Amino acid sequence: MIKLSINGMLLQVDEGTTILEAAKKLNFRIPTLCQHDDLCVAGNCRVCVVEQLGGKSLLAACATPVSEGMQILTNSLKVRSARKHVIELLLSEHNADCTKCYKNGKCELQALSNEFAVGDHLLLDLCNIKDYTIDRFSPSIQKDDSKCIRCQRCVRTCEQLQGVNALCVAFKGDHQRITTFEDLSMAEVICTNCGQCINRCPTGALVERTYLDEVWDAILDPSKHVVVQTAPAVRVGLGEELGLKPGERVTGRMVSALKRLGFDSVLDTDFSADLTIMEEGTELLTRLKQALVDKDPNVALPMTTSCSPGWIKFIEHTFPEYLPNVSTCKSPQQMFGALAKTYYAQVRNINPKDMVSVSIMPCTAKKFEANRPEMRSSGYKDVDYVLTTRELARMIKQAGVDFNKLNEDKFDSIMGASTGAGVIFGATGGVMEAALRTAYELVTGREVPFEGLNILPVRGMGGVRQASVLIENCKEEWSFLNGVELKCAVAHGLVNARKLMEGVKSGEINVHFIEVMACPGGCLGGGGQPIPTNEKIRKKRTEAIYAEDMSMEIRKSHENPEVIGIYKEFLGEPLGHKSHELLHTHYRGRARY
Amino acid sequence: MNNKLVKRVDLIFEKVECRDVMEEIMKMDPDAICQKVLESDLKGRGGAGFPTGLKWRYTAQEKEPVKYIVCNADEGEPGTFKDREILDQVPEKVFCGMAIAGRAVGAKNGYVYLRGEYKFLIPKLNAQLGTFHKMMDEFNHNFRIQIRLGSGAYICGEESALFESIEGKRGEPRNKPPYPTASGLFGKPTTINNVETLVHTVMIMLYGASHFKELGTKDSRGSKVFSISGDTPKAGIYELELGMAVDEFVQEFGDGDTKAVQVGGASGFCVPRKKFEETIIGFEGVPTGGSMKLFNSSRSMYNVLHNYLDFFTEESCGQCTPCRVGCQQLLKGVEAVKSGDKNAKYLDELVKLSKTMKRASKCGLGQSVGNAFGSIVENFKEEIIY
Repeated sequence: MIKLSINGMLLQVDEGTTILEAAKKLNFRIPTLCQHDDLCVAGNCRVCVVEQLGGKSLLAACATPVSEGMQILTNSLKVRSARKHVIELLLSEHNADCTKCYKNGKCELQALSNEFAVGDHLLLDLCNIKDYTIDRFSPSIQKDDSKCIRCQRCVRTCEQLQGVNALCVAFKGDHQRITTFEDLSMAEVICTNCGQCINRCPTGALVERTYLDEVWDAILDPSKHVVVQTAPAVRVGLGEELGLKPGERVTGRMVSALKRLGFDSVLDTDFSADLTIMEEGTELLTRLKQALVDKDPNVALPMTTSCSPGWIKFIEHTFPEYLPNVSTCKSPQQMFGALAKTYYAQVRNINPKDMVSVSIMPCTAKKFEANRPEMRSSGYKDVDYVLTTRELARMIKQAGVDFNKLNEDKFDSIMGASTGAGVIFGATGGVMEAALRTAYELVTGREVPFEGLNILPVRGMGGVRQASVLIENCKEEWSFLNGVELKCAVAHGLVNARKLMEGVKSGEINVHFIEVMACPGGCLGGGGQPIPTNEKIRKKRTEAIYAEDMSMEIRKSHENPEVIGIYKEFLGEPLGHKSHELLHTHYRGRARY
Repeated sequence: MNNKLVKRVDLIFEKVECRDVMEEIMKMDPDAICQKVLESDLKGRGGAGFPTGLKWRYTAQEKEPVKYIVCNADEGEPGTFKDREILDQVPEKVFCGMAIAGRAVGAKNGYVYLRGEYKFLIPKLNAQLGTFHKMMDEFNHNFRIQIRLGSGAYICGEESALFESIEGKRGEPRNKPPYPTASGLFGKPTTINNVETLVHTVMIMLYGASHFKELGTKDSRGSKVFSISGDTPKAGIYELELGMAVDEFVQEFGDGDTKAVQVGGASGFCVPRKKFEETIIGFEGVPTGGSMKLFNSSRSMYNVLHNYLDFFTEESCGQCTPCRVGCQQLLKGVEAVKSGDKNAKYLDELVKLSKTMKRASKCGLGQSVGNAFGSIVENFKEEIIY
């Protein structure tokens, strides 16, 4: 234990504790900008400097461990002067057009500037002598250098959480900036569009490309039939953006709000998540049969999931040789989109050209995915616009809907029915769990041998998790699986996905089925979810997802009545002709930069 | 030289038989080596002046089996060119110093981080390294040295940025603590010394600590190699005793019209004529890594300051706010005062800002911009304003 004093108050903390953490214990908040709970210490913004009595220079509280007998002042004259200077310096390089900024009211620099009343503009404005650029080429992410404060949170996110390194620091001195390989646009580099950088950017330098106006135009156009689908993770995140605490489920209120916004039909991506399980589960069993019965040496195992568009772009760039291993299933969003303009249009007797299909996603990569050339199998753009959870909250505010006073409402039909299995797609390990619930039962006729259908070994926050299920007493047609130990692995965060794939490559990890979600925690920690994010918040959202699962009457995908219905009325059978046409696709390798 | 106070010394460039030194070293207990360097009161010749013996002892005390010796030959400070001459004339003494340090702290590997512009020295250094490694083998001292070339960034002379650069990363200073003696190159305990410091340790081993202490003052023992440039008829490299007053220095090296001396390069202090007498060149007064630049009355101190600020604006790594933006503000600020866009009082604001930079910057670069700025603005205010 180390003894020290902060502002004259004595305390003892463990060795290795930073001054910032120690001060927190005494309820002294030290302002920070470059520090983020999910990332390694940078110590480069210098907003958190504190004074050590007898010390020559100030110390960065986030980066300095406590030492015995230290006497720290967090609000001395020197500290106040330095802190104000640092904020002023950052503002002098920053395009402070706050009232017009997308992050107005949510900007950490703005909040600090407010707190320290930096209003007198003592220093020169450097912004107008810099040739800042705005990169609007990516369909997912907008990067505005004039808002960047070089805290490098995005660079550390891209490197440490995602292992992608699309963003890096380049040049030095007054030319130093955050950029990409050869200064290419975000649309042309190895960026997976995951948006984790957006979640951690303290200012408006990195934000999602917004399509709010396009969606409003569609809604307010009486000739358009606008359908909206909502991803599972949105219902456990949206509340945070509207003043509620992390982990509050708002499914009913969200549906109610979407109806008030004027969408013609409010539907559920959970439905197509269940459909994904039917298709992907069947695909896995088919591949296993090819491997075990037909002894086909070319069958690509392990099979990986394909729900996460960040993962898809990552594997296209990084492990293109494993593309045959990726399930051919489209993501639930795109299955939904393809069916909306075919099946839904047919049942509701609407001309698909008059339809606009909108999805609300916890994700920025979904914006990219919806724009992929592969995603036009209905004959139209399957999903027209993708909005993030944050954008939906903004729409709700724009429409003047008092969200927290809304009554709960139910999804419309058709394509609005969901199960607990569809819901847990929002958490890491969820797709795996949903797939096992269905596949095991399909093969054996019995429920998965886990209490209450809760397959705990695949849940949790471990970066790479492995589990297995022994298959016994199969139904006759699946007898080749008798005694097979079905092995699976789950990874979340692309840095873990890389570890997992390298393990597969080296033979160290030998499994049948792999689930990868690009974002930490799965979709509930997605790049389109409310800001801020940290492990504590993600755990709250995870609890909410599993609580939602437990609250559902039906918790297995193959029991979703509308899924049963669509196979009967429209698709025929999983992996059937129509499924292939609408619900499956193939991806291509991309360059490694 | 007639002036008895500015004593010229010949230690650094003195040709010695390194083999003899090594023979003695191999007989010594590693801690005794540290002790001898400690007793000499040798302080780092790169400019910061940390006691070398202490640095060695701290590294020696670390339990980690892998340790490194790094020779900082990045010599990027404007107006410093002495390490180049040392490496050119007595490279064997530099390597020998590294081997002594290696023996003292328990390191088996050394790196010379050579300034990119000194690439021309590499063939010579490599040839010398061959001889050196053979000698190491003869002494059964398993110590190997590699040369790494910088790429021109001033910041890579900062020890932790230098490590990052050797490791193949972007040269940016690290947070301290941990200090290099605990976690330096590749995260291992590392002793990093300036070229000249290492040569001094050889001479201390050869002639003894007390011999070294005969020169200099209580706070600044020994001699130092100076790179003298500017308005002087005697530009060049001189080894002089530490502790002289600027006045004595100017009498010897000035052109009779010296109005200011910049001691320690861009990151050092500007001493005006009125303070020549009272200012000691050494750790008790103005410390220097060797750069001494003389300015006569034909020089505009505004131009001098502008040049330094321009340099820092470009050479800041850009990582921390006070340094990256502060440098730009100081540069644009003095321009604005000169042009009349800002009034003279704005200089006071800039001085306050430079103090924040000194206190709040992450590394020595940002912390020392205020030295030149403060001392030039304080002493030559009228030249900045009018």
